[in-house]
Amino acid sequence: MRRRRALPAGPPLRERDRRAENLTLVLLLCTTLAGAGFIALYFAKPDTQFLGAALGLALVFLAAACLVAGKRVVPQIEVEKERPELEHLQEQDEVLAVIAQGGEGVSRKRFLLAGGGAVGVLGAALLTPVLSCGPEANRILSRSPWRRGRLLVTERDEPIAAAGIVVGELVTAFPEGADKEDIASPVIVVRVRPDELDLPAERRGWAPDGLVAYSKICTHAGCAVSEYRYPLYDPTAPGPAVVCPCHYSTFSVTDGGRRIFGPAGRALPQLPIEVDGDGNLVAAGDFSGRPGPSWWGVRQ
Amino acid sequence: MSGDPQRGRELYLTGCQSCHGVDARGIPGTAPSLHGVGAASADFYLSTGRMPLDDPKSEPDRTEPAYDRKSLDDLIAYVGSLGGPSIPQVDAARASLSEGQRLFTENCAACHQVVSRGGVIAGAFVPTLLEATPRQVFEAARIGPYVMPRFGQAQLSDHELTSIARYVQYAKHPQNPGGWALFNVGPVPEGLVAWLIGLLALLLVIRMLGRNEAP
Repeated sequence: MRRRRALPAGPPLRERDRRAENLTLVLLLCTTLAGAGFIALYFAKPDTQFLGAALGLALVFLAAACLVAGKRVVPQIEVEKERPELEHLQEQDEVLAVIAQGGEGVSRKRFLLAGGGAVGVLGAALLTPVLSCGPEANRILSRSPWRRGRLLVTERDEPIAAAGIVVGELVTAFPEGADKEDIASPVIVVRVRPDELDLPAERRGWAPDGLVAYSKICTHAGCAVSEYRYPLYDPTAPGPAVVCPCHYSTFSVTDGGRRIFGPAGRALPQLPIEVDGDGNLVAAGDFSGRPGPSWWGVRQ
Repeated sequence: MSGDPQRGRELYLTGCQSCHGVDARGIPGTAPSLHGVGAASADFYLSTGRMPLDDPKSEPDRTEPAYDRKSLDDLIAYVGSLGGPSIPQVDAARASLSEGQRLFTENCAACHQVVSRGGVIAGAFVPTLLEATPRQVFEAARIGPYVMPRFGQAQLSDHELTSIARYVQYAKHPQNPGGWALFNVGPVPEGLVAWLIGLLALLLVIRMLGRNEAP
């Protein structure tokens, strides 16, 4: 509860706290620097970890500046004084002086400049990521390293022998020589019995001897589809499917990656593969659709 | 461990033939043929109590074995006599624990969770491996029981698989340098605890922000 008290005569309500003022200014400057750092990072090295750290720091500095300013710079005492009607000009001046006194302890111009600068830069930092929605995004999301004849390799860059994959096995593969971190790179290869396959007519040649390949990136939120269930005995167990561990989107591997359960909106893109002269797996073309989570241009 | 296939055959006829058929060639739609599955499969399914199964449509789950050791050996000998891989020799002590952990994380943890406490996958439960012996781990990876995928020689060599089996033994009582393992069931309880601590910290901050300093 606040206690009210009469206006003390003469001296200002509160001694100017130089150190608190300077601290606030320094904190606002740090906010500005962290915000500018965010913008610089966005263009120079857009790593989400660093971007998050820069934005987080900016907000922490801003909060700290507000705290210090609120607690130690801005006067906090409420005053109230009984007074008659303001009849005389002189009294009016006195009241105006009292009001002006309330603002003392804060050098307004510096604070407005520092505060305005900090908020401006921070606002710019928050708006910068809008650029990610620009035309560049379509290009990044559309590129794929898969071409006809590109060798499938393991995580350790070894070619994958088709004969080494048994029925009921799942192997993760990448395009030879491409960036493994690229969203279109990782694929899963599984072997099912050829009589189990129920691919669309135009994909008949995509699965040599029951070997099928799909993008490993879930079309829902982009997690790695890493769980695989393959029934030892079909009539008493759920059918062959890969499952994304994030939200349990489930895709059938026998009929073209069709979604059979979960929040994903479309099928897993299939990669046509063939076996080369050395018995290793190679791509026979690009994906049947865009890999990765759906965005504005991709629904099917 | 050498069972008597003749006595195993008698046990088979009383305990297994209603689903797998009199000649163990399976009954379509109910249970698969046992010709060619080998002693390894029989050892895995019988020694983990997954077979016999009350309802052939239900997911086999680990229970106490339904047979004593002698009867198990006889049944395994009978199924083994129908052809197929024999029981593997697994000496986990000679394998590499660190390699096992790396391979388990890459190949098994997606479903079984990194300290092998199990979980779910759409359509089936994933069992915990707390009671699995090294030999059972080895057999399961090669067989792919129920909906588990198989792991062939090309993907995991015998030595690599033995390393995984050794890691599974370690994961039963893992070292917890962090102190509080929260039953090793993963991010859910850890997240709950983080929320609890985080919320308390936030309450403290709110309390400090709202303190009245006016005299």
